[in-house]
This record gives sequence, structure tokens and C-alpha cells, in this order.
Amino acid sequence: MTHMIRTSGLVKRYGNVLALDGLDLVVPKGAVLGLLGPNGAGKTTAVRILTTLLEPDEGAVEVAGLNVRSEPDKVRERIGLSGQTAAVDEHLTGFENLDMVGRLYHLGRKRSRERARELLGRFDLAEAGDRSAKTYSGGMRRRLDLAAALVAEPEVLFLDEPTTGLDPRSRIQMWETIQDLARGGSTVLLTTQYMEEADRLADDIVVIDRGRKIAEGTPDELKTQIGGERIESVLATAADLHPAQAILAGLCVGEVQLDEQARRLTAGVTGGAEVLKRFLQRLADANIAVVDVGLHRPTLDDVFLSLTGHSAEEVAESPDGRSEPEAEPTDTREKEAVR
Amino acid sequence: MSAIRTTNAAHTGADEVAVRKAIASTSRPPRAGALSTALTFGWRGMLKVKHVPEQLLDVTITPVMFVLMFTYLFGGAIAGSAHAYLDYILPGILVMSVLFTTVYSGVALNTDLTKGVVDRFRSLPIWKPSPLVGSLLGDSVRYVIAGTVIIVLGVILGYRPGAGVAGAVAALALVVVFAFGLSWVFTTLGLLLRSPNAVMNAGFMGIFPITFLSNVFVEPETLPRVLEAFVNVNPISILATASRGLMEGNVNGADIAIVLAVAAALTVVFAPLTTRLYRKG
Repeated sequence: MTHMIRTSGLVKRYGNVLALDGLDLVVPKGAVLGLLGPNGAGKTTAVRILTTLLEPDEGAVEVAGLNVRSEPDKVRERIGLSGQTAAVDEHLTGFENLDMVGRLYHLGRKRSRERARELLGRFDLAEAGDRSAKTYSGGMRRRLDLAAALVAEPEVLFLDEPTTGLDPRSRIQMWETIQDLARGGSTVLLTTQYMEEADRLADDIVVIDRGRKIAEGTPDELKTQIGGERIESVLATAADLHPAQAILAGLCVGEVQLDEQARRLTAGVTGGAEVLKRFLQRLADANIAVVDVGLHRPTLDDVFLSLTGHSAEEVAESPDGRSEPEAEPTDTREKEAVR
Repeated sequence: MSAIRTTNAAHTGADEVAVRKAIASTSRPPRAGALSTALTFGWRGMLKVKHVPEQLLDVTITPVMFVLMFTYLFGGAIAGSAHAYLDYILPGILVMSVLFTTVYSGVALNTDLTKGVVDRFRSLPIWKPSPLVGSLLGDSVRYVIAGTVIIVLGVILGYRPGAGVAGAVAALALVVVFAFGLSWVFTTLGLLLRSPNAVMNAGFMGIFPITFLSNVFVEPETLPRVLEAFVNVNPISILATASRGLMEGNVNGADIAIVLAVAAALTVVFAPLTTRLYRKG
């Protein structure tokens, strides 16, 4: 089997609103796909369909070689889901949460307990394992939730915004955990609104907006698609700005952008480091002092901005944790306004 | 649907099918049976009682207060003496305390829904209604505990059921069976409303008046005629009368039949409704 997840022409409507508008996805075995988009783009709807929680209106869905629509029960035996909210029972201890999931997977009492301890150790929860999950921090709950998704060693793992709402330290910890899983050969589909996250974790990225795929490729391909590198330089004195601008203009493609306030010059280039070297050489020849200079590749934020006309963070966070109010009419209007 | 299947088949070579079959039959444990998963969810309910016993206290403290307050404050006025009133009111409060507990079945289900726990369960390869059935099994144990607290309190205050321990156990069993039926109403509510608090408020807004407008506290003959007519047909009155009868050893078989029929009717209507709502998610 070459792919573990495949959808084609996936459509889901909520009333008049199209949450998914013909979404096609393919995730090869062992790959990590980042599904990137703002709130309301359709990410959670896609995950809910792939994990058998929601019926699509149209389209084909295949997970682990099984037809999700006709064999949802078999699909459930092969997948793990860690949703947007940490789905842990607060009244139970971490250990009991995992033990319960193990029993539900029919691992048997003994094996369930072993597996629960194993996972608690692996996710740095061994010490907290016998405490009620109510006492856990947000990061610990997320880790427990991810552990619960892994109890039956699923072939395909779905992570819906695994780090939303986590502090930076917990986020980095979560990233490392996901990277470990990917190295272990798991097939992962993760959704995120963080460009940095997709860049760091995903082999391939699919950018979606309003239920449609608007771009796809490796992180590098997407960055290239949006235009090459650019040189950014901050000068020591404002008086040098215009001579430096003239120098840069001779080396770049397009126009040089000038930020007088910050004494910063920015320009797109092709040729990378070589061009940067020449630029510095000429600045030195002209006795122009530089505070900061660098060659920047566009971030995925830039990618998103140029693809959709609005930045990923402009759409407000969903206040309702229960189910992302995907593609709500108000949401769509907001986006229209931004456009 | 058929068009979609054809598309899939087109993508899928025969070799690939064979490979898929092989992968599908790796060393996965066999699926857990419906009974096994329901019991696991029942066990989960027990763990909650163990970890959060105060939740049980919440639902028993009001009935305990009512026993004490009504017996000693109004007992003399209503029945001539506190002791005589205790004989009347105790089986009634047994009914009330257990029925109040059923609201929490809906609250707990809604909590699972809001926390995303329901999504986790729905993504597991288990018999879909097993979380519901299991939780209600677990809740039944809570109903027994709530009922036992009231009976024990009554005995401490001097209540002596005429039919002895057997009568008390039979009355408790009948109340728990009825509560099992009624709790499906609250699980339905739990899946329809937005927050655990809303379920709690709506639940008590229903259960409170309907319990008071019964013969739990007073003989219906003392009431205005319209009210009396309502109280007499209120299933909770019939349940309270049947419980009194079981405890005293002079039960009317027809009352028991009506109670069981109402419990069955509630289950037949609301269990499939709950299950359908749960399936849809």
C-alpha cells in the first residue's frame, strides 16, 4: 500500500455553508501531512470525517486501505485520534484513563495496565500517573490525550491542533514527541494554524481555506512557490540608506523596500548567498556600516498571506472548545471583509 | 454511494487488495464484546464514585435535609407527630433522592461531550451505545447508595419498615429500576443542551416540581381538586405508593405494574433517542 490516507472530492455542508468543498488528500505510509489553515477552514471537519465521527455528504475516504464510509468499525481499529480538546476524564488518574482505553481495545486487564505504565513513562507522566488528571497542567493533559490515542499502536494517527493553547515549553515538548512518532514510522495527519509547526513537523503541507485546498507541497516547495529569498539589512546610520538602496537595487529582482524608521532595506533576490556576499562587499567598499544583515526565506506565514490574502492569525480563535464552528456564516463574512 | 465504490475499486489493484488483507490481519487483539466494554464503562463510573465521593454527597444532602426538616418541622402539623410522619415520608424521600440522582447521569454525559471524551469513545472500535449503557449501569450503583443513605437515616431516626429488610430492599430495587428508565430522559437532555450546567438547571426544573406535585410529602386528599387529580396520576405518586406498600408489606400489584410499565415506556422512547443523538455526535 502506498498511501495510508486518501480522500477525493470530499464535501461536507452545514446548512448552506460548505465546510469542505471537494477536498483531495493523499498521505503516503510513514509520512506526516500538515493540514494548515485558519479557524473555520475545514480542518476539524476533515479530521472528523477521516476518524469516522462525521459522515461526508460526498466523496471517497480511505484510511489504512479501508473505505471509511462502508467500514467505519474496521477503520476504528487502525487509527488513533487526539482531538482539539484533551479528551481525558478529569476524575480519573492518568493511569486509569489509559488503562480504561486499553480495556476498551480489548488488550486484556494485564496488558492494559502494562501498556498504561509504558505510555506514562514515555510521555513523562510516570510520577503523575496516579494523580487525578484534574491536577494536570494543559501540557500534561495533552500528552495524556496523545498517549491515549497510542494505546493500541495505531497505524494512522490524527492530531487535531495538537499544540493549540499550550505554553511554548509544552509546545516544543509536544513537537519532539510527534517527531519521535514520525521517526518510528507512524503515518500522521496533523492540523495546525501555526506555520512554524507545519514547517517543523510535516513532510508535506496542504494549505486549506474555506474547505478547499489552495496549495500543497513540501515546506520548501511552498516557500519557493511564493517567491525566492530576500535580503534584509539594517544600517547603522540613516544617511547611508539611499546609497545602500542604490547598491541593493543593482543586485535584486524587483524593488527595494525601504523602512526609514527602522533603517531597514528589504529586497527579493535570486542567487542566494553569493548575492549577499557581493552586497556586503559593495557596502564595505562604500564604507557603509551595517547593524544586521541576513538572507531570509519566506516563512509559511508569508505563504499563507500571499495565497489567501489574509494572515492565518487574523481570524479570531474559536471561543467554543466543543466543536470548531467551522465555516459559520459570520466567519465567512469576516474573511470577506479581510479580502 | 455506488459511484464512489467504483472509484475506489478503480484505484485499487488486485495485488494491493491482497496486501491490505495481510496488513489488516496483523496481531490486533480481537474486538471487545459489547458486554465487556459496557462493564468497562460501568467500572469507570465506580472509579468516579471512589475519586469524587462528594458528588454523591451533593445529591444526598438535600434529601437528608428534607427528611430532617419535614419530619421535625412539619411532621407534627401534617401527621400529628414527627414519628407518624416519618413513616409516611421516608419511602417518599427515598424516591425523591434516587430520582434527583438521575439528573446527574445527563450532567455527566454532557461533561464528556464538552470535554471531547465522547469523540474519543466514538473513535474506538466498540459497540457504540456501550458508553451509555455502561454509565447507566454505574449510575445504578449510585442510585443504590443514595437510596441506602436515606433508608439508614430513617432507621436511625426510628423508622421501622413493616416488611423488614426484605421490604426495604424490594422498595429500593423498584425505585432503582424506575430511575434507570428516567435517566434516559436526562441523557437525551445531556446530548441536546450546551453545557453541564444547563443540563443541571433544566433537569432540576423538571424533576423538582414533578416530585413535589406527588404524594411524596402529603396525602393528595388534602389538595385542591385539580391538583389532586394530577397528583393521583403522577407516576412518581404511584412509585411512592408502591414503595410504601413494599416497605410495609401491603403493596398493590397494579401499582408495581404501572411503575414498571412507565419505566419501560421511558426506556423504549428515550434510549433509542439518546443512542441516535450519541451516534450522530
